[in-house]
Amino acid sequence: MGAGRLYPAVAVGGFRRYATYRAATAAGVFTNTVFGLILVYTYLALWDEKPHLGGYDQAQAVTYVWLGQALYSTLALQGGGVEKELMARIRTGEIAVDLYRPADLQLWWLASDMGRAVFQILGRGVVPFVFGALVFDMAVPDDPFAWAAFAVALLPAMVVSFGIRYLAALSVFWLMDGTGVSQAVMVLGIFCSGMVLPLNAFPGVLGDIVRALPWAAQLQMPADVLLGRTAPVAAYAFQAAWAVALLAAGRLVQAAATRRVVVQGG
Amino acid sequence: MAVDGGPGGAADGITGGAAGGRTGDGAVGGPEGAASAVRGDAARGGPSDGAFIELDRVEKVFDVRRRTGFLKRERRRVRAVDDLSFTVARGETVGYIGPNGAGKSTTIKMLTGILTPSGGRLRVAGIEPSRERTRLAQRIGVVFGQRTTLWWDLPLVDSYRLMHRMYRIPDARYRANLDRLVEHLDLGPLLDTPVRQLSLGQRMRGDIAAALLHDPEVLYLDEPTIGLDVISKARVRDFLRELRDERGTTVLLTTHDLQDIEQLCSRVMVIDHGRLMYDGPLAGLHEAGESERILVVDLDRELPPVDAPAPARVVKVEGPRQWLAFPSSVSAAPLVARIAAEYPLVDLSVREPDIEAVIARMYAGQGNRAASRPPTSIA
Repeated sequence: MGAGRLYPAVAVGGFRRYATYRAATAAGVFTNTVFGLILVYTYLALWDEKPHLGGYDQAQAVTYVWLGQALYSTLALQGGGVEKELMARIRTGEIAVDLYRPADLQLWWLASDMGRAVFQILGRGVVPFVFGALVFDMAVPDDPFAWAAFAVALLPAMVVSFGIRYLAALSVFWLMDGTGVSQAVMVLGIFCSGMVLPLNAFPGVLGDIVRALPWAAQLQMPADVLLGRTAPVAAYAFQAAWAVALLAAGRLVQAAATRRVVVQGG
Repeated sequence: MAVDGGPGGAADGITGGAAGGRTGDGAVGGPEGAASAVRGDAARGGPSDGAFIELDRVEKVFDVRRRTGFLKRERRRVRAVDDLSFTVARGETVGYIGPNGAGKSTTIKMLTGILTPSGGRLRVAGIEPSRERTRLAQRIGVVFGQRTTLWWDLPLVDSYRLMHRMYRIPDARYRANLDRLVEHLDLGPLLDTPVRQLSLGQRMRGDIAAALLHDPEVLYLDEPTIGLDVISKARVRDFLRELRDERGTTVLLTTHDLQDIEQLCSRVMVIDHGRLMYDGPLAGLHEAGESERILVVDLDRELPPVDAPAPARVVKVEGPRQWLAFPSSVSAAPLVARIAAEYPLVDLSVREPDIEAVIARMYAGQGNRAASRPPTSIA
């Protein structure tokens, strides 16, 4: 099976491409650490006023903050993964080059984004999290199974993240420019994935809605699995359902989009 | 010279000639002696097995919606390719030229299967491209002068390893092909260089190698020498000539550079407004276009127009610089010698006619035809 070796090769390439930009990675680590500090002090102030907000105690809230910073670039919570490149390729017509290849467009970009995501766990995730654990009182489990369950939850989280951004990128086939879509992805991502506040802390109907949206599968689910606040199987089922739905939608849109290829670079 | 909308009489003779001149090994089966005759026949066009690329009355119509006012939209049909018929024999190298927006890219997109024709019949290696795009992709190579298939951030060799997987090239064949391409395209020192650090000429050679690793039977080249300096152009052309002569790869070459065509193609097809305007040897195109070259001379001071022997004539004077036009079919040497002998010549250069100019003249020569073309053309 050639395809069985192609997409891993694409993923390895995606990993290595991001690994070449060391200064950018270092800058990202610094930024995530600083943002983590700001958020931690904000959360501590908030949790002083409202203890057990969203069901978290202070240590859990602090852990949630550092998880968010650690997964911020891996899950491209504000966008900024391979979809930027895909948008540019669609806009310039270079996407035609990708279509000439005997490879599936969606799997190709998924593999590439997985490679990127795995690099960014290591390159941008570990340091801010360890920093947080050293400086603050965190609710980090000792149980290796909790960590394993967390690691498993990251995989569908990455796929859901890709699924959202792939749909956003494909919209450029119709819109011709990705700036507006990227901004929508960013705003929705910050709000709906729980980067501002844990989704558990959202009140009433609004909370029910955001916890049912695909963004909840990205940060909230893995965090709750690690903090022991949800059964891993329930989290996986929720994540997998959204992953499948988004990939299927991506496939449909891709089929419609490639029929339009022509228009650019005619 | 037959300048005809269809691939008429002129094309047939040329196609046969090109196939006969090919030195590739027996791509067409059969005993060695009979093979050349078979190829000659097959190449004569028509729906025989020898026609590797085959278009029969192919058209592509796009619906373009344009906003004409508040909430008002106008639908307009654009014929990007209109009633296009031609065949290319296995092993032939054909120049496919035309002005921007003529329908070249649309044709190539249909040939590779990413676009479905609106009408007509199209076959590449017996395959209908749009139905079996992935299967066909194993047999074709595509190179764009202005777009790269290489991984921008990574060393060149990483992109080749990816091709290895993508085209499922057996390991031994991959090694052999890579070694051969690296040697012929002089890529050895560049393999570990990130693509973004390559010069345009180096990147182009890298792209050509990437397109050939899986031994495609046909190579589509879209402006392979665009933006390259003279030395890089020569290198790319040398390699393509070798490819044509030694491996018998079928090549369809799109370019704006007449010299690419002159040096590589025995046959040229001109497309404009989605229609085939000319199909035959390049010499015939020059005749049809009565094209002219321009000799630019710098004299050491301002002088009245030089007295050039006919048919050369001065077309422009600007200070000490003068422009002389003379037919492409005539050597520049006597003209240069005469001016050098009689005038204080400081510097000179010869400008080859570009394809646009040749085509423009072709139209001018047959104004009625051009005028009578239906107005359903590209915006």
